[in-house]
Amino acid sequence: MATGAIENEKDIWKGGEGNLPMNASYGKLMMWFFLVSDAFTFSGFLIAYGYARFKHVASSYHGIEWPNPDDVFNAFPAMDVFHVDKAPLVFVGIMTFILILSSVTMVLAVEAGQRMDKAAVEKWMLWTILGGITFLGCQAWEWMHFIHGHGEGTWIGGELVKGANLVQNQYGPPLFGDYFFFITGFHGTHVLSGIIINIIIFYRVATGLYQRRGHYEMIEKVGLYWHFVDLVWVFVFTFFYLV
Amino acid sequence: MSAVAHEHDHHHEESFVTKYLFSLDHKMIAKQFLITGLIWAFFGGGLSILFRIQLGFPNADLSWLEPLLGNWIQEDGKMDPNFYLAAVTMHGTIMVFFVLTAGLSGTFSNLLIPLQIGARDMASGLMNMLSYWFFFASGVLMMISLFLETGPASGGWVAYPPLSALTDLGEAAPGQGAGMTLWLTAMALFIVSSLLGSVNYVATVINMRTKGLTFDRLPLTIWAFFVTAIIGLLSFPVLFAAALLLIFDRNFGTSFYLSDIYVNGEALSHVGGSPILYQHLFWFLGHPEVYIVLIPALGITSEIIATNSRKPIFGYKAMIASILGIAFLSFIVWGHHMFSSGMNPFLGSVFMFLTLIIAIPSAVKAFNYITTLWKGNIIFTPAMLFSIGLVSLFVSGGVTGIALGNSALDIQLHDTYFVVAHFHLVMGAASFFGMVAGIYHWFPKMFGRMMDDRLGYVHFWLTFIGVYMVFMPMHYIGIQGFPRRYYSYSAYDTWSDYVNPETFNISMFISIAAFITFSAQAIFVFNFIYSALKGKRATQNPWNSNTLEWTTPVEGIHGNWPGEIPEVHRWPYDYSKPGAKEDFIPQTVPFSETPESNLEGEA
Repeated sequence: MATGAIENEKDIWKGGEGNLPMNASYGKLMMWFFLVSDAFTFSGFLIAYGYARFKHVASSYHGIEWPNPDDVFNAFPAMDVFHVDKAPLVFVGIMTFILILSSVTMVLAVEAGQRMDKAAVEKWMLWTILGGITFLGCQAWEWMHFIHGHGEGTWIGGELVKGANLVQNQYGPPLFGDYFFFITGFHGTHVLSGIIINIIIFYRVATGLYQRRGHYEMIEKVGLYWHFVDLVWVFVFTFFYLV
Repeated sequence: MSAVAHEHDHHHEESFVTKYLFSLDHKMIAKQFLITGLIWAFFGGGLSILFRIQLGFPNADLSWLEPLLGNWIQEDGKMDPNFYLAAVTMHGTIMVFFVLTAGLSGTFSNLLIPLQIGARDMASGLMNMLSYWFFFASGVLMMISLFLETGPASGGWVAYPPLSALTDLGEAAPGQGAGMTLWLTAMALFIVSSLLGSVNYVATVINMRTKGLTFDRLPLTIWAFFVTAIIGLLSFPVLFAAALLLIFDRNFGTSFYLSDIYVNGEALSHVGGSPILYQHLFWFLGHPEVYIVLIPALGITSEIIATNSRKPIFGYKAMIASILGIAFLSFIVWGHHMFSSGMNPFLGSVFMFLTLIIAIPSAVKAFNYITTLWKGNIIFTPAMLFSIGLVSLFVSGGVTGIALGNSALDIQLHDTYFVVAHFHLVMGAASFFGMVAGIYHWFPKMFGRMMDDRLGYVHFWLTFIGVYMVFMPMHYIGIQGFPRRYYSYSAYDTWSDYVNPETFNISMFISIAAFITFSAQAIFVFNFIYSALKGKRATQNPWNSNTLEWTTPVEGIHGNWPGEIPEVHRWPYDYSKPGAKEDFIPQTVPFSETPESNLEGEA
């Protein structure tokens, strides 16, 4: 079929005229609605976490308090080299900064797409992917540290517990570990799927698909998802590290 | 333009697989949802017949059911109590999710949204197809669970922990092992299906309306589907969250919902969780879910009642406002399912207040239906009868909702047959009536043929009277204190007067009424299949209706309209307009062609 015919066909399939609220295509709208919906899933988890956190009474669990995050997440790779005992918020701060930077590079990719600058889109998408992978790597390190535990461990109910799993942990009540693993894991899954999508999109940019199509709207759509995942992290970070 | 479209059609010689299985066409996907939903309705209804046999005739010898149920019939000829609980659970799950969510909303949103807004198809045909096949996969898992040796999930359709969170056979009912795992997996897939569908419906309604079809000219069906999709988008993810946490509690040793559980005198290791948390998460979906089920049925009813009364719908904008009002309120009333969970009485009062407010938009809708009928030139098609039946059920079921919404009264009525009667009338039967009405009304659009009217009348009267005979008596035994989900009542002195199995009792009456009502659906099935194959050929606009779907060719082509998409010039309810030549003016007729009937400002 000739190009002209395809264009004609597109016209009659386009449906109504002038029904693009805020000039958003249906694809972008769909992404927005999906994100609203996903936000409700995360809200469900975070509210459940808040409920558990504030319901916890020490007496109900061997007299053990809900842990202070500064006592749990205070490690940094190669801390001994710098002769530091505790470095709360440093590692997670760097993680968060990397993720936010990757959002910035995503914005730059979108902007490059609007200029139809294929090389720049490729460059910024690559940085975004790299940022995502680094974040996931940091997350893995953080989990490893959490799972292995530190110090002597804690005596809980006549048993020495070191590190953490889904059933018990040395830091406090089991729910603390459960929610930490579950929510950061659920967020990590989102980051992972974001990275995979970004790689697919990067490939399609590199093969020139969007250049031929005449617009880089797809970058904007995956960008929305990526920003959302970043935004959610800000809340997860607040709930687990700051409160 | 039309030449291009014509050429376009010829390029689509579709194979069986792309036309009937992995179709991207919204009309075919609607039929897939419909047929699958109806098959599930047969299973869901059949299960209710099985447990009604047990409830009505607890001492009967059921060994004649052995060929069907095998070991679920015990050696003494009684039904296995575990099977009874599983049947109740699966009946609820199948009816609420598979029949009245996917079967109703899936069918009619898919069929009517593109046709009534003047679009070639859904925004994304691929997502639409995926939505159906996720639903199908979910159904396959649910179906497999029915055939497990240990039986399907049996902890009630709400799947409350701790019961639902305990997996080992020694800890809970046998169905709570593999059956519950399949149930949860099936629900997760169902949620994905529902989200794919909803995202598509919302985007399509917003972006693909034809020229001139502003939001204040949308048929009420579309408004209903639109709002339903939004409710689904916001509530299903929370169920997803609840289900995921439950899966972790069951399989990975977490304690989100579990604390201090003792089984056979020994404490389980789970500490610190809260089963009430699950109830909050579940009912945050669960309550909007009843409106996901009901609102499409109300939308369908609005359209059918206006068309067959030959009158504009009374209070078009009030109808929209009340749909929006109900949708908004549905998110902040979930606590009324939990009055007896130990909730602070003050919080209970807040939820009670919010719950009772729903009576206002609901009453607006009920009155608007009645005032639309008032002095109309009513044509009693089967679809119209079912729509009027819906209004009747909506009112009589809604009135008991006002009683149940009171946090004080609820202490007596909670989890009794009064609740069962209430929700079966107001959301079960009412939505089912809406679905059936929709099938009778849009059958010509789906299959190009008409359903038989006379069979439709018989079907309606048997179903309508049958539904009331089943559920009205339940109010009385509910007030008497009969709890739901019990296997047998005759063993308890409190209720033995009411259900003395030696004499004819109210429970037998309900069961017999249920058998008759269920059997009456055979008439519908026959009518459906016979008419689809050999029914009278439909004309393009058999009901003299105004909306856009009746301007498409009867045979239903790919892309819906052969030439250009029609333009819309007026709202969809110009029936019996004073001065007009005919008693209906389709939306495509411009005001310039109807100077004799134009009101002030219409030109």
